[in-house]
Amino acid sequence: MDSWLLSGSQYRLLVEASGTTVQILVYSFVVGIILSLVVGVARLSANVWVRGVALAFVEFARGISSIILLFIVAIALPILFGAEQAPLILLATIALGINMGGYGAEIIRGAIQAVPKGQTEASISLNLSPAQRLRHVILPQALTIILPPMGNLTIEILKGTALVSLVGMTDVMQMARNIRQQQLADAVGTQPVLFLNVLILYFILAQVINLLFKLAEAAVARRYEGGPALTEAELEAIR
Amino acid sequence: MSTATHEESTPDMEQFHPHRRWYRRPSVVVPVVLVVLGYSILVSPLIQEQNFFRPDVTADGSVSFDWNFFIHLTPLMLQGLVVTVKATLIGFLLAVVLGFFLALGRRSHRRWLSWPVTAVIEFIRSTPLLVQLFFWQALVRSSEGINLQPITILALGLGIHYATYCSEAYRAGINSVDKGQWEASTALNLSPVTSWTRVVIPQAVPNVLPALGNYLVAGFKDAPMGVAVNVHGLLFFADQVRNDTFRATEPYLIAGVGFLLVSLPAAWLVRRLEKRISYERV
Repeated sequence: MDSWLLSGSQYRLLVEASGTTVQILVYSFVVGIILSLVVGVARLSANVWVRGVALAFVEFARGISSIILLFIVAIALPILFGAEQAPLILLATIALGINMGGYGAEIIRGAIQAVPKGQTEASISLNLSPAQRLRHVILPQALTIILPPMGNLTIEILKGTALVSLVGMTDVMQMARNIRQQQLADAVGTQPVLFLNVLILYFILAQVINLLFKLAEAAVARRYEGGPALTEAELEAIR
Repeated sequence: MSTATHEESTPDMEQFHPHRRWYRRPSVVVPVVLVVLGYSILVSPLIQEQNFFRPDVTADGSVSFDWNFFIHLTPLMLQGLVVTVKATLIGFLLAVVLGFFLALGRRSHRRWLSWPVTAVIEFIRSTPLLVQLFFWQALVRSSEGINLQPITILALGLGIHYATYCSEAYRAGINSVDKGQWEASTALNLSPVTSWTRVVIPQAVPNVLPALGNYLVAGFKDAPMGVAVNVHGLLFFADQVRNDTFRATEPYLIAGVGFLLVSLPAAWLVRRLEKRISYERV
């Protein structure tokens, strides 16, 4: 290995492609959070049917591998439903979002169950509606338990975004393979160094996610460290 | 692994039937079964990698989903599935062994050892396995004299990736052993080797088993990624059938079905193991 670095233009290409990676990550994070909130709450529903459907979703999403799910959603289903022109980024987002939703739902269910039962009873006796109870009493307290595992899960999803290169999207991974093709054509550079640089790029992205979640945890801890749990506006909203 | 749990689960039987025939003793039967299974799956040429997945029925071109074609893909799918399972098992074997040494390295009091090990663990844990597979493949190709099969590269990549996860599980398990146990083995003048093998590890391993089982299932979920380095596994089968017949729906869906057929029972078994161990601990 003569050099550990790539050329400047190759770095520029990789950083440009990481925009796609981050885009998919953010989209599937949003889809995943919504799914995990809905399913996580549904797992604790009083209705047997709702609980059953939520359990089936969680078992499916956690049982199937993200790569196979991606291939099914991105290749098989569009043909089956005659939507072959659907944008790839949407399909990739759905696949990764479902994957994240399955794991996230279990995190949120566990966190809600970890909030003392007296909190629920107190808010029922205060005549809060179920939605208000969840939004203003249970979830804020569950947040401190949710955040650390959610950070790890987000890093797992970042790792999952590398898979979209296999269904034909140009993310960091695909760009690396393009650069490798170029290297092979020019017969310059060594391949392990290229992939090592890509690994370091992913590592940096993961550390950024880690940092963001650490900041969020610190913010939540500061907010619930004594003092009023609700701001004036939130109190007003409940009234 | 399973020997220990099996013995633990039937201690009272052991007392009442001290002289059972050899084929009724879990301590004999379980290793024999494991060795035979392991040999037949991992080593023997009984299961060979299929080079071409060519279905012997053709699909009805007028519909988007043909049940007959779907059903007839099953034998081919199973051949791909077996290769994927095989890569997972070899990789996990590597992960379990390597992970233990990584955990020891991370716990070490010598900083020149523990810091690099920690850095490597964190690096491998937070980067995608797919990129790592490409890295190993490129490394193998660019080095002279080393020639590995794709399935070996996949097993190597999976093993190293999950070794870092396993090392965290081991670390938690070793830390969960009471400090008094260490002090007692020091007081009894046990050598470090004896206190590790006879005192700490027997108490740490049962706590670690459920986590290891979860990582086995997780590793199986990542194993289809081998298609990127040309392992003739589950997704390779689906890709090839698609290229061969220009039909994408059936092969990918049956790959998903076959995958769930293995991963859901495996996850269920792990959960049962977890319950059983926590029950015995209480």
